Amino acid sequence: MKRRNFLTALSYSTAGMLIPVGLNSCVAQTDAQTSRPKRLVVIFLRGAIDGLNVVVPHQDADYYRSRPTIALPYPHEKNGVLDLDGFFGLHPELQDLMPLWQQKSLAFVHASGTQITERSHFQAQDYMESGTPGVKTTPDGWMNRLLAELPQEKPTQALNVGVTTPLILKGQMKIANLKPGKNSTARISTDNPYVNRAFNSLYSGTDDLSRAYQDGLKTREIVIAELNQEMISASGGATNVNAFVDDAAEVARLMVGNTRTQLAFMDVGGWDTHINQKAMHNRLLPDLGRGLATLVKGLEPIYADTAIVVMSEFGRTVKENGNGGTDHGHGNAMWLLGGAIRGGEIYGEWLGLKQSVLHQNRDLSVTTDFREVLGLILQQHLSVSHNSLNRVFPDYKLTNKIDFFA
Amino acid sequence: MILNPQVQTMKQKLRCWAIILVCGAMFWFSSISNVQASDRLSQSDSEYILGRLSFGATSEQLQAVKTKGIEAYIQEQLEPQNVPESPAFTPYLEKFNSVYQKPLELQRQYAALNQQLKNNPNLSNSQIEKLEQKKNNLKQTARDSATEVHLARAVYSSRQLQEVMVDFWFNHFNVFVNKGAIHFWLSDYENKIRDRALGNFRDLLEATATSPAMLIYLDNELNTNPQSSSAKGKYSGLNENYARELMELHTLGIDGGYSQQDIITLARILTGWTVDYNGKRGNEDGFFFNSQRHDPGEKVFLDRQITAQGIEEGRQALDILASHPATAHFISYKLAQYFVADNPPANLVDSLAQKFLTSNGNIKVVMDALIHSPEFSSRDYQQKFKTPYQYLVSLVRMAEIDRPNFERMQGMLRQLSMPVYLCVPPTGYKNTQDAWLNPQAMLQRITFASAIANKRLNPDAEIEYPKLASNIGELSPQTKQAITQSPNLRTVLILGSPEAMYR
Repeated sequence: MKRRNFLTALSYSTAGMLIPVGLNSCVAQTDAQTSRPKRLVVIFLRGAIDGLNVVVPHQDADYYRSRPTIALPYPHEKNGVLDLDGFFGLHPELQDLMPLWQQKSLAFVHASGTQITERSHFQAQDYMESGTPGVKTTPDGWMNRLLAELPQEKPTQALNVGVTTPLILKGQMKIANLKPGKNSTARISTDNPYVNRAFNSLYSGTDDLSRAYQDGLKTREIVIAELNQEMISASGGATNVNAFVDDAAEVARLMVGNTRTQLAFMDVGGWDTHINQKAMHNRLLPDLGRGLATLVKGLEPIYADTAIVVMSEFGRTVKENGNGGTDHGHGNAMWLLGGAIRGGEIYGEWLGLKQSVLHQNRDLSVTTDFREVLGLILQQHLSVSHNSLNRVFPDYKLTNKIDFFA
Repeated sequence: MILNPQVQTMKQKLRCWAIILVCGAMFWFSSISNVQASDRLSQSDSEYILGRLSFGATSEQLQAVKTKGIEAYIQEQLEPQNVPESPAFTPYLEKFNSVYQKPLELQRQYAALNQQLKNNPNLSNSQIEKLEQKKNNLKQTARDSATEVHLARAVYSSRQLQEVMVDFWFNHFNVFVNKGAIHFWLSDYENKIRDRALGNFRDLLEATATSPAMLIYLDNELNTNPQSSSAKGKYSGLNENYARELMELHTLGIDGGYSQQDIITLARILTGWTVDYNGKRGNEDGFFFNSQRHDPGEKVFLDRQITAQGIEEGRQALDILASHPATAHFISYKLAQYFVADNPPANLVDSLAQKFLTSNGNIKVVMDALIHSPEFSSRDYQQKFKTPYQYLVSLVRMAEIDRPNFERMQGMLRQLSMPVYLCVPPTGYKNTQDAWLNPQAMLQRITFASAIANKRLNPDAEIEYPKLASNIGELSPQTKQAITQSPNLRTVLILGSPEAMYR
């Protein structure tokens, strides 16, 4: 299938009909002509995730002083953090990511973000998506601009998970939308064609188990068909984290099956933890971790050529508030995954959590601009030229203070 | 275990011949020597026997059976107190013991928090929230640690038959953890059942009857003589809930020949059997007989004059119930259903009931008879569909997954509608195929089989296929063929195979 046809199909899809990926064979078609393109997946955690309770400075006494009830215990204590490097530890509900850390394909850039001090979710998200913090009039997103800069002889495309196109992907280049998953369509293993075929053979008889199995598959076909009807009329809605696992699997499947899909974007909401943060994280993080692990696993054939970035609009207050939560803050941690990443390390300058070094006496200071992280990926991983990089992130010059590829 | 119909027919024919020959021989020799029932248990059936008397065979277990013989293994399992506990389980027990506190101690802490909330009307919202959080934590810790150690025991315990019996009896005497303060008594309750799982039924019955877990769950803690001076507030009258279930579900069975009048009488007998949450007046477990709430009037229960007084009335009623032929039959039926067939053969049930009565409710004796019954090893009855709990625990055991994530296991059980301790009705979870086999469940099982094959329960634990294959036992040609066709999926296939779903 020619790229133009594919894009046409997808642009129709944005007009109202969404292509259910996985049920449509053309989407998952393999393009043998292009070999091993580099990939980038960006995952945006909307609502400002509390990076200090994700990548926890468990050796920093100020951390425990600032968070008497929501601080996560030391490693090896009950519900304690999973130690990363002796100083930082990972939230225990993200245990699905630990194998990746150990395999050195997971890294973090702590105390990263923008220099903008506004604490509006939407403004901050816009800045991060346009790639031009402080400029409110930028009409397009940096991923769309990046798409235009990627080599045209290797026709490429970007995939968005969601029913509407976020600013990060808005612009001149057409992009493909994938309807986010739902719990009711949560993937079951027989959706995998290989597993399906294998079990079809195992349960092809007329005994009780075979009949139950066969009826189950028939029912599922109907449910899926109905949900596709629903997709046509559905009017958006934020992706919830449970669906993220399913979405991640689909994105991986699509990217592996289609070499032209070099860029993908997903977002997950629900991180604005002003109250009861502990319980909210315990509820949300396992699926986020599982989703990322699923994504990594699904991307296996192309994982060496993939970089995954997880980011959020800003961090949260160092001190917990009176309701077991945290309020809007500043610096946060960016997460990096991928075979191309030199993982097993926490990058970025860490100034600590002493009152004197905090941003406005309350928030983690930003020591690494988010564009430093993204720019490095563009330059080193996607081999974007210097001029191209300037068009994607105008006004930003790489400092090369960190390097997670070397 | 053979499940493919055609092959089964072949095997059955051979079996039939074998049975005919054995029966013929028995008939022939019966005048000379009494053929021991245990002779029918064949070593080659080890995986099957372990599938019923444990939560699935492991290589260690198969080796033990090979070394000492299946009969010696069974006799050991019938005396669990003499079986050393598995070293793999010990760390879980230690962990549990490190957080375990006596129910009344937990209850005291809980009450103290409530007192703080009550006595300080000026608490800020966040202070209230903190105290509520602490209360929740007490309950959650009690429940979560009990759940973990329960699953760890099912997976690792070397006293497998005892754990299978705990599964049986816990469902027979079900309590739902999220009612009232049951959280705090949960482990205590289960351990009382465990200690008596192969003991005496009468003893087991009283252990449950006097456990605050049961008293709370079936409301007998409130059961009060309405005429008594202390009848007030929520303690103002008879509560029949426990009396009814005690007969219908725990002893006589629904057709056990009791009337509504018997239910009322039994409720009157049990008035005053309650919980002392302060731990001042009751026994060390929190059981308290409040004579003030007890109905001292005359009672005729199941046509028998209650001659005892006070708390002893209840004990006399338990004696009557435990030794009743209907109880012997009902318990035997349920055991035969759990261990032999969804619709157990009447002959088997009758002979077990006889054992039950003659042994005065000695559960070990009944189980010994059951295991050595011809029905137990007959191929006609070798298709018990596993409950979700049995299925998942058996996958972990047969795949020999090291240190599985038990919280995730409980999550899977939740999705399969059988989470540990969370069965709401007093019937407990059923163990028959019609209760658990349906199209949706079938696909879910395959999905979890995939997840487990993909190391979802422990990303660091490799599954050794040869071990798994050996633990699961003989495969049908259908399963073998599916595995040959998709060798990359062999672990998923075997975990999702009929052989793994039946025991």
